[in-house]
Amino acid sequence: MPVLTPTDLQALWLSVKVAGVATFLTLPPAFLVAWALEFSKVRGRALFDGLVNLPLVLPPVVIGYLLLLLFSRQGIIGKLLSQLNIQIVFTWKAAVVACIVLSLPLVVRSIRLGMVQIDPQLLAAARCLGATRLDALFSIILPLCIPALATGATLAFARSLGEFGATIILAGNIPGVTQTIPLAIYDYTNSPGGEQGALTLCLISIGLSYLMLLFSEVVLSRFRRNDSR
Amino acid sequence: MKLDVQLRKRQGQFNLSSNFNISGERIGLFGPSGSGKSTLSQLIAGLISPDEGTICLNDQYLFCSKRKINLAAEKRRIAVVFQQAHLFPHLSVEDNLLFGAKRIAKADRKINFNDLVKVLDISHLLKRSVTKLSGGERQRVGLGRALLASPKLLIFDEPLSALDQKLKDQVIPYLRKTLRRFSIPYLYISHSLHEVRLLTDQVIHFTGNGKIQEVTDAEKLARRRMADTQSSGYMNHLTLENPREVGSLLAYQWGSNEMLLTDHQHPQSGLFEVSSKDILLFKNHPRAISARNLLKATVNELIPKGGNVGIRLDCNGEELIAQTVREAAIELNIEVGTCVFLAIKASSFRRVA
Repeated sequence: MPVLTPTDLQALWLSVKVAGVATFLTLPPAFLVAWALEFSKVRGRALFDGLVNLPLVLPPVVIGYLLLLLFSRQGIIGKLLSQLNIQIVFTWKAAVVACIVLSLPLVVRSIRLGMVQIDPQLLAAARCLGATRLDALFSIILPLCIPALATGATLAFARSLGEFGATIILAGNIPGVTQTIPLAIYDYTNSPGGEQGALTLCLISIGLSYLMLLFSEVVLSRFRRNDSR
Repeated sequence: MKLDVQLRKRQGQFNLSSNFNISGERIGLFGPSGSGKSTLSQLIAGLISPDEGTICLNDQYLFCSKRKINLAAEKRRIAVVFQQAHLFPHLSVEDNLLFGAKRIAKADRKINFNDLVKVLDISHLLKRSVTKLSGGERQRVGLGRALLASPKLLIFDEPLSALDQKLKDQVIPYLRKTLRRFSIPYLYISHSLHEVRLLTDQVIHFTGNGKIQEVTDAEKLARRRMADTQSSGYMNHLTLENPREVGSLLAYQWGSNEMLLTDHQHPQSGLFEVSSKDILLFKNHPRAISARNLLKATVNELIPKGGNVGIRLDCNGEELIAQTVREAAIELNIEVGTCVFLAIKASSFRRVA
């Protein structure tokens, strides 16, 4: 019977916390980015699209390093934040930042898939009934995107649970502070006699991912039922 | 309502140029598919912009290329009833109906919600999801939603063409009843002469290439159609009242005449149509015929149309148009002022509203 050490429990809690907060913080900007790419007529859309999708094709380690440059004390963002006494690098917040950047393109993609399915005539009808573009964004587009948002959230949570490369560079691998499950497994495999611990955390990972899939399925099926009330 | 449109719009190969000036409350836009009617409606509603020109509603510029005016669709207060109802799928029937009403000032709300719901016969559907409605119900909710926005102009863009004939016949009476009850000026776009005749007073007639042929009325267009041998003739519209049962038939009052009909579904007053081709004419009183309606009439006018002759008849003050081939008219010696007998089968009538 595998036993969880206090470090394992901390890693589990940290993983859930980081993934949860990152997912929650990714959804609003992802929704706005998706809307801008799908419905607005902003110039330089293609460039913007590429920028958003870059983390999907770049190695996470590269992203991690670029983020480190931005958020370190000498970096553009790091300097600003240190004036406000906020320290990001090598804290759990750094893991959240890494997860947000890496899951944003996934969430944007899934929301856009939801948005293209919205009949443009519905928006025309809303405008003729007096709804401004902003009004229609929240009264028509957002509610019709709920299934896409749920799918996007599932992807973001999964991506965040598995994040390794960017996290280890930006947040480090400090047990109890920034060590999430993947980092803990990496530690176990590097220490003699760590096979048992690594396997236990693997099983926990499987369980967690499975729970998340179940949750997303419940949300989607409830939405479908509401839809055909 | 006064509408002044002078515009040009190029869409791919299609060049729409419209110049007309019309005032009235019930206006039809009639023409074949692809003649630019729908484009024109989108231009007026503000969903697309003309290349140049002006659109003026009640002396207010909606669009003017010279003065750089282009009022946003949401500010024009022109509601559109589309071919598909385009109801918001995430909202209930009630929330769909109130969508536009919630977005205008209270002082501008001219239509009482409860009245409208009653006239459209949708009060039992209010809490339902719009995904659970039949085609006819969807169009009624779409109409209600547009009316409750109390628009300055209501545009119908082929609202019935996605419905089958049976549903059309069901929805038209609601349209007539509702549009009469709540006086909102409207523009009714259709390629169906039947609908345009039932719902409008004036008609802007489009030809196939997007040009406007004339401003006329649906009655004139209908009479012109008689020449077309493919068509089902000219449809006479008869207002029949006070039905009572006579054996297996229903006797309706038509002015001072009486008409016998087989329609048993809804014995109530209404508008009925009968084709000019279903009216038989006799020079002398036929002693015995199977048709249940035999009336004496005077010929008021002869309207030659190709190989046919339309015959406008006066039946005790009510008007009816019959048609025969030219040879028959000559043989019967029909002239203006002659007396004839006309026969109509009880089953030739169709209720339209």
